[in-house]
Amino acid sequence: MKAVVNVFLKEGVLDPQGKAAHHALESLGFKGVNDVRIGKQIVIDLDATNKEEALKEVEKMSETLLANTVIEDYNIEIVE
Amino acid sequence: MKKAVVLRFPGTNCEFDTEYALKKLGLNVEIVWHKEETLPECDLVVVPGGFSYGDYLRAGSIARFAPIMKAVESYANEGGYVLGICNGFQILTEAGLLPGALKRNNNLHFISKMQHIKVINNDNRFLNKCEVGEVLKIPVAHADGNYYIDDEGLEELKKNNQILVRYCDEDGNPMVLNGSVEQIAGVCNKTKNVFGLMPHPERAIELILGSEDGVKMLEGFAS
Repeated sequence: MKAVVNVFLKEGVLDPQGKAAHHALESLGFKGVNDVRIGKQIVIDLDATNKEEALKEVEKMSETLLANTVIEDYNIEIVE
Repeated sequence: MKKAVVLRFPGTNCEFDTEYALKKLGLNVEIVWHKEETLPECDLVVVPGGFSYGDYLRAGSIARFAPIMKAVESYANEGGYVLGICNGFQILTEAGLLPGALKRNNNLHFISKMQHIKVINNDNRFLNKCEVGEVLKIPVAHADGNYYIDDEGLEELKKNNQILVRYCDEDGNPMVLNGSVEQIAGVCNKTKNVFGLMPHPERAIELILGSEDGVKMLEGFAS
């Protein structure tokens, strides 16, 4: 079973990398870009066979290590 | 003679500068490897600068779980003095020993230069040799020094005199260096025994290095 964790800076916390990419897109002539946020994606290969248990475990991993919840939010997708 | 322990993780690169500076101030210094599980008897623990674990994931996020950090956490919780410089500051915030977090500089640059900082509070063991409002010249060298704390946390810091230093120009006027909330360059915990800052006082202890203001910042621990 695989878990995909997406980590992003929280809403309201300035994302300087996203801002730089946003400016770059605009100067390349792409129109209608309202906002760009850059995060990271962490793909975890798990032994678990139960989706719920896997989710619980990856939640714990995210809270402990993968995200710094002072500045970041995360979401988890379990892929089979 | 007072004794300081300087931690070393894979990727730490300021342990010898820190050792040199503390020895010059009359402290006995021992460098301790991150795999150790206990701290030797000491009066101060310094988490020095560098790029522990290559700054992978987030600066300080992996070092914070190194075996020695459990010992540092209990040392700090028992009132022991802990100082984190640069990457050490990042490690201490990741460990939850200091409030807030450090994110990428707003201009995305690695900023490495001589910088002025202003002393905001000195009612603590770290800055008691400095005057409030005093402007010090101390080098900075970081990519992730953009201090973030939410409004509620910021109020707490102010209420408890936990803001140690702020970035400023040479006359002491506020200066935006990296995007830090209210130009904060260093903070301490509520009980004022854990300190963290991005500037490097250990690199400013001799005039030939451009400044000796770092002496003032470190000698509070020597007496």
